[in-house]
Amino acid sequence: MTTTDERPAGFENNDHKPVGHGRMLRKEDPRFIRGKGRYVDDVQLPGMLHCAILRSPVAHARIVSIDTSAAEAHPKVKAVVTGATLTGLGLAWMPTLSGDVQAVLATDKVRFQGQEVAFVVAEDRYAARDALELIDVEYDVLDPVVDVRKALDPSAPVIRDDLDGKRNNHIFDWETGDEAATEAVFASADVVVSEDIVYPRVHPAPMETCGCVADYDRIDSRLTLWSTSQAPHAHRTLYAIVAGLPEHKIRVISPDIGGGFGGKVPIYPGYVCAIVGSIVTGKPVKWMEDRSENLTSTGFARDYIMRGEIAATRDGRILAVRTNVLADHGAFNGVAAPVKYPAGFFGVFTGSYDLQAAYCKMTAVYTNKAPGGVAYACSFRITEAVYLVERIVDCLAYELKMDPVELRIKNFIQPEQFPYRTKTGWLYDSGDYEPTMRKALEIAGYDDLRKEQAERRARGELMGIGVAFFTEAVGAGPRKDMDILGLGMADGCELRVHPTGKAVVRLSVQSQGQGHETTFAQIVAEEIGIPPADIDVVHGDTDQTPFGLGTYGSRSTPVSGAAAALVARKVRDKARIIASGMLEVSVADLEWVKGAFHVKGDPEKSVTIQDIAMRAHGAGDLPEGIEGGLEAQICYNPENLTYPHGAYICVVDIDPGTAQVKVRRFVAVDDCGTRINPMIIEGQVHRGLTDGVGMALMEMIAFDEDGNCLGGSLMDYLIPTALEVPDWETGFTVTPSPHHPIGAKGVGESATVGSPPAIVNAVVDALKPFGIRHADMPLTPSRVWDAMRGVPRPPV
Amino acid sequence: MQVPAPVEYERATSVDHAIGLLERLGGSARLVAGGHSLLPMMKLRLASPEYLIDINDLHGELGYIRVEPDEVRIGAMTRHRELLESGELAEVFPIFRDAERVIADPVVRNRGTLGGSLCQADPSEDLSAVCTTLGANCVIRGGSGERVVTMEEFYRGPYETAVEDAEMLVEIRIPVRPSGSSAYEKVERRAGDWAIVSAGAAVWLDGGLIADARVGLAAVGPNTAGLPAVSDALRGREPSEELYKQAGALAAENCSPVTDMRGSAEYKRHLAEELTRRALRRSVVRINERGWHAGIHDRQR
Repeated sequence: MTTTDERPAGFENNDHKPVGHGRMLRKEDPRFIRGKGRYVDDVQLPGMLHCAILRSPVAHARIVSIDTSAAEAHPKVKAVVTGATLTGLGLAWMPTLSGDVQAVLATDKVRFQGQEVAFVVAEDRYAARDALELIDVEYDVLDPVVDVRKALDPSAPVIRDDLDGKRNNHIFDWETGDEAATEAVFASADVVVSEDIVYPRVHPAPMETCGCVADYDRIDSRLTLWSTSQAPHAHRTLYAIVAGLPEHKIRVISPDIGGGFGGKVPIYPGYVCAIVGSIVTGKPVKWMEDRSENLTSTGFARDYIMRGEIAATRDGRILAVRTNVLADHGAFNGVAAPVKYPAGFFGVFTGSYDLQAAYCKMTAVYTNKAPGGVAYACSFRITEAVYLVERIVDCLAYELKMDPVELRIKNFIQPEQFPYRTKTGWLYDSGDYEPTMRKALEIAGYDDLRKEQAERRARGELMGIGVAFFTEAVGAGPRKDMDILGLGMADGCELRVHPTGKAVVRLSVQSQGQGHETTFAQIVAEEIGIPPADIDVVHGDTDQTPFGLGTYGSRSTPVSGAAAALVARKVRDKARIIASGMLEVSVADLEWVKGAFHVKGDPEKSVTIQDIAMRAHGAGDLPEGIEGGLEAQICYNPENLTYPHGAYICVVDIDPGTAQVKVRRFVAVDDCGTRINPMIIEGQVHRGLTDGVGMALMEMIAFDEDGNCLGGSLMDYLIPTALEVPDWETGFTVTPSPHHPIGAKGVGESATVGSPPAIVNAVVDALKPFGIRHADMPLTPSRVWDAMRGVPRPPV
Repeated sequence: MQVPAPVEYERATSVDHAIGLLERLGGSARLVAGGHSLLPMMKLRLASPEYLIDINDLHGELGYIRVEPDEVRIGAMTRHRELLESGELAEVFPIFRDAERVIADPVVRNRGTLGGSLCQADPSEDLSAVCTTLGANCVIRGGSGERVVTMEEFYRGPYETAVEDAEMLVEIRIPVRPSGSSAYEKVERRAGDWAIVSAGAAVWLDGGLIADARVGLAAVGPNTAGLPAVSDALRGREPSEELYKQAGALAAENCSPVTDMRGSAEYKRHLAEELTRRALRRSVVRINERGWHAGIHDRQR
């Protein structure tokens, strides 16, 4: 597969070696690094047409009229569709993932800049785009709701007058924890610290934008949809429900996906437009959004305005945490989270600490901004929760004049307390926090760093050391608690061993770059002893794989990974019976060593899994009652979420003259339980840490007072480059999950969750000489300079 | 994929050919060199010229850096990368290398040109600030011949220059004076971003006193501006931290930044001061270092 020639000295060629878990190059990479990946935009079908979408130039307006006649007259245009056309088809509105409805094409009003108003299907992409200029829309511009703090003012314009009886912009109130008990603890605490903390609106900005190719076959009434979807099965079911197409006539294919980060969980209007375009024209229709469309209209993340409060004793025993959140959900409530969790898993804002009480009250509102709410590797709002608690704990350390590490260690949930029920009801499965923290301190050389900081401060230099410790809740989820639009969050897996001992494993989850083709082959290999190179992983095609809810919220390994291990064990159980027949001993007399059964006490008498596979498909007799073939299928319902944790330490230097922040070092010690492929884990962590630098220092989707999005290109919405990030220093501890079959926990989003508070804590620590206790992201030079002058400003 | 509106395309084979095409096609035509400003604008449909005249084949004619005793001449098609890599240019005007290290990224620098940068006339553009700092002159050619304008004359406003519809910028000429050096300082939100503020400085010493000095700023006003007030305050004085501070304060007073996504007007004004100080300091350090090196060199000889 690969040669070792160009590799650095000392590199161990481990490509095929691990028959199971271990460091191994990714099976999918040869095609990616050769430019042979097959993405949605690579799909070319005979006669394929192209769709382009006309979007609203304003944030809030009534549509007076739409004239499409000039566009229809364009020689290359095959169809022009407006909200009125869709109303006739019953498709103008579609359900969101959280019980709201969203306009596919605006009928009455436009509610955010960039909202879909009409679409054109034409012979090529250029003609489709040109024809958009020929559509004449008359808007009656309305006052927009941009400032989320004013959304509930009685005088605020009502955005969702499409909803029956809606007279304000309120979406929901949500609370968790015990308000009275928390109040009692706060009332009698020695020390109470509160801080206003904003997690600004950001965007996942995947390399590949969203898009699809819809091919509706009028003869068979069959729809094939190549789509940038993190959840092909869930999407298929939703299309069946929304469009009234029979589910067995829909095939959703997610080919190679160029990054998702949660942004490819929802169904976007563009997908529906392409499907309608194909139905109307009888031809395959491709829609690929451009970068501006992606940044301005698809799922944003965060946008929480939080008041954090923490109560503690004078000597640093944390007693309670309380928070009040105002959540900006944009024009439609498009949050992708399990139904019972309108704020996702924000309830884990109690962090890694043993508290007496906790309480959160949240209000979500509509504004004239793009919808979304859960995206950008956030583990269903755990990003916001961890940021809140890790920032407020640092504020407490500031007030108590305590070292932030010492304060955290003093309050950790202790290993013997697991499984630990938090005050907001979450059952942390396992954890051993202090060794993880100690390891990070050791790698960082924490004591020396503090000495260096003291010396630098004495010279007027600004150096900061930031610490964050997180616990995540990932792997949604147990079907008794969790569903999305009624669909349980279990995942199927099917394993088929071919006669020659090669195998194919079919997954319901969908890789967007995480390396599933390698990791899942390794999981199966570990259980059944077939080398990963001999195991094909099939995913991303509803016709080829069992049902399941897809990849987001770091759920692939916790849910589908468990399914893969269990289905392999099921096959191994059958193999054992066949082996007993082959070796003419009872099942109880067989011993499994990876890849083979042998007779206990007689290792010479053995059969390999490959021998067994041939026998299973061969002509010889099988033990009584055993069918031929060697395959199995299961559907795994997780017993609980998994709770990975980690300790992150960041060192920054700030130029006192220009207020520029340089991240000098970053140490990340992650505990995600059993580690299947450490290289892939490190890659995931590197990516998430880079995300963290982006969010902490530069990323924000901002709006002007008219509701114009100011982040519509990658020149305006900055994402970090290699020059902004240090050499990552990673480490690990291993605390297996007690309920996961191989003890693994999710890790895909850990670094995105854990790094922003570490970086912000470091910047705030550097600014300590200025008496600064908090400054909001993004910590651009201008905003850091404000903080240095004692006037840190919220970003919204 | 962002797609531009329909456009006719022609490749010019010589400067005269390009000017001939411009004369024929008038204001509906645009020259494209590196394309890193014009093409994104076309893809966003912020610009929709009817004709594009590609002048990349003129690199042979207009891609040069000629360092002469009294003057440096740089052809308009000289690419950023060539400016970055020219040791000869860095020797005379180190400000070019300072600036080019922080302009965009290698992909852009391989393609973007000096002429394109200047003609885009973006108030945040770095080479405009460099040329202003150095008191460059711009050679503009049309059907009836060449004319030479100063940088002050060249800029008429944001995105607006003295180059008329049927003309093109062909060369930049920078006077070389003895005992001088220069430096460039930029603060950006991220590598490759436009400047929040940049400052260029050029200083010429005579007997330990400042014979002349110029400061040019980017991103703090409608046009990349030279600051005569700063030059006046520096001339005849002995370089010192106190003097740089005064010059910085004058720079901050004499610019007109606005608040935007890159930063507040106050912060930008602060940067104008801070970066002016730094650029002046570095320029003087460079003159002194070169003096020292020259001294060693002389002794060895």
